[in-house]
Amino acid sequence: MAVIEAWYKLISMLPLDWAHYVFMKNALLAVLLVTPLFALLGTMVVSNRMVFFTDVLGHSALTGIALGVLLGFQDPVLPMLVLAVVLSVGINLLKNLTRASMDTVLGVLFAFIVALGIVILSRQGGFVKYTSYLIGDILTVTPQQIGWFFAIAAAVGLYWVIVGNAMIFTSVSQSLARSRKVNTFWVETSFTVLLALVVILSIKLAGILIINSLLVLPAAAARNIARNMSAYTWWAVIISLFSGVGGLIASYYWGTASGATIVLFAAACYAVSALAGAVRNR
Amino acid sequence: MRNSCEHCCTKIENLTVRSGRNVILSGVNLHVNCGEVIGVVGPNGAGKTTLLRTILGEIAFQGRITFRVGGSPSQSPKIGYVPQKLQLDKGAPISVSDLVASAISRRPVWAGINKDMSVKVGKVLSLFAAEHLLKRKIGDLSGGELQRVLLAIAMTPAPDLLLLDEPGSGVDVKGLALFYRIVRDLRQTHDISVVLVTHDLAGISSYVDRIILLNRCVIAEGDPKDVLSDEKLLEAFGPALWNISCLPNSIANGKDAHGGH
Repeated sequence: MAVIEAWYKLISMLPLDWAHYVFMKNALLAVLLVTPLFALLGTMVVSNRMVFFTDVLGHSALTGIALGVLLGFQDPVLPMLVLAVVLSVGINLLKNLTRASMDTVLGVLFAFIVALGIVILSRQGGFVKYTSYLIGDILTVTPQQIGWFFAIAAAVGLYWVIVGNAMIFTSVSQSLARSRKVNTFWVETSFTVLLALVVILSIKLAGILIINSLLVLPAAAARNIARNMSAYTWWAVIISLFSGVGGLIASYYWGTASGATIVLFAAACYAVSALAGAVRNR
Repeated sequence: MRNSCEHCCTKIENLTVRSGRNVILSGVNLHVNCGEVIGVVGPNGAGKTTLLRTILGEIAFQGRITFRVGGSPSQSPKIGYVPQKLQLDKGAPISVSDLVASAISRRPVWAGINKDMSVKVGKVLSLFAAEHLLKRKIGDLSGGELQRVLLAIAMTPAPDLLLLDEPGSGVDVKGLALFYRIVRDLRQTHDISVVLVTHDLAGISSYVDRIILLNRCVIAEGDPKDVLSDEKLLEAFGPALWNISCLPNSIANGKDAHGGH
C-alpha cells in the first residue's frame, strides 16, 4: 500500500481541486491501468471481428448477477465470471465446429441472455437495485481492486508478448497459421477467456451498457490512421489513455457519469481520426 | 528427376474424404517425390483445396498419408502453404513486414520492428521480388504481390513440402509467369517437393514435372507433354472430362435406389 500512499501524495501536489479527493485519485489510477488494457484487447477484438461477441459478453454480466442472486451469493462476481467464461468457450467451440457466420447465433444469444437476466432481477420490482451495474461507477473503486487491476494488466501484457505474433497470423488466416504449427484453437480460446475475465472484472467501473465501447472505440480510431501493427497498438493505447483521463476529469466538472463521459471522449477521437485518415488517403 | 524416395517424399494411399453425406475425395493415390513439382488440375469443386488441407492435417480422412524426411518416416514434416485467397480486410493495419516478421521471429511485432528485423525481413522478401513491398499494407497488395509475400513466408524456413493453392486466381499473366518461374527455381536451390493446385492446365504445363487430373478421384496422370498430346483427353478436356464419375458403384446404386421414391 506504500505505492498507493506515494500516488496520493503525488496527485495532491497538482494545483487542481479534484486532486484533493481520494476517490478521484483512486479513479485516476484505475483509469491509467485499465484503459491501456482495454486498448490492447480491443485491437484484436476489432481485427477478428468480435465486436458483437464482446457485447454479448458484457451483457452476460446481467445474467451472471441474476444467477448469483438466485444461488444466494453475497458477491455476484464469481457467477458472473463463470457464466462469461462458459459463454466465451462455448461460442468459440461452436464457431470452430460450424465455421458458419456467428452473427445470427450471437443475436439470438444476446436477446436470450439479457431477457433472462432482466426477468430474474425484476421479480417483485427489484431491478432498480442493479442499475449501478448498467452505468458503472469508477469513483467507488477501492485500492484493493486497483491491486487486482495491476495484476490483470501485468498478465495481459505478458500474454501479448508471448502470443502477439500468433494472434496476428490467426487473424489473417487460420489455415496459414496452422500450416506454421500455430495452435489456432488454443490462441482463440485463451484470448476469449482473457476477454471474459477483463470485461467482467471491470464491469463495475464502466457499466454493462458502455463497456463494449471502451473496448472497441480506441482500436477503431487507431485503425483509421495506422498502417502497421505497432502504430495500431500504440495509437490505440494513447487514444484510450487520453479518453480515460480526459473523460474522468471532465466528468468531475460536469457532474456526469465517468464511464459514459470517457466513451464520449473516445468517440470524439474516433471522429477526428476518421477525418485524418480520409484526408491522408485522398 | 529423382524417382527414389531417399530424401523426402509424400505418399497418399487410397485417400477418401467425406463431408456429411458427400464424398469429396475418393480413393486418391498420389506419390510426391523429392525435388518434384506436381500440378494438380481439376475444375471447381474437384476437391483440390480439400486435398491440400488434408495433407496439412486440417481435415479428417480415411486412407493413409505418410511423409519421409531425410530418408526416415516423419510425423510432422515442415509444410509451406500458400492459400488460395485470403479474405483480407482492406483496412487491416498489418504491413507486409508485420506479417513476415511475425512468421520468422518470436519478438512481438506490435512493440515495433527494429532495424535488424527490418533487414532480415527485406532479405527474405528480396528472394521473391517483393522487397519493395515492405511497408505496404497487406490489404493494398495486388494478387500477384500477395502471392509472392505468402510464398516468401512459406519458404522461410525452407519446408520439406510446399503446397500452392490456385496461384493463378486474381494474378495477372506477367505476375503469374514470375511466380511459376520462382517456384521452378526453388527446386534447384532447395530439396523440396511442390504440389501446385490449379484449374489452368495450359498455364502450368511448362513449369511442372507431372500433371494429375483430379475430379474427386485421379482421372489421369502423367508427363505434361503426354497429357497435353493425348487427343482423347484434350478432346474431353472441356466439360465432358469432368463428368467422368469416380464414385464407387455402391454409392451410385444407392442414389438410384433412393431416386425411386
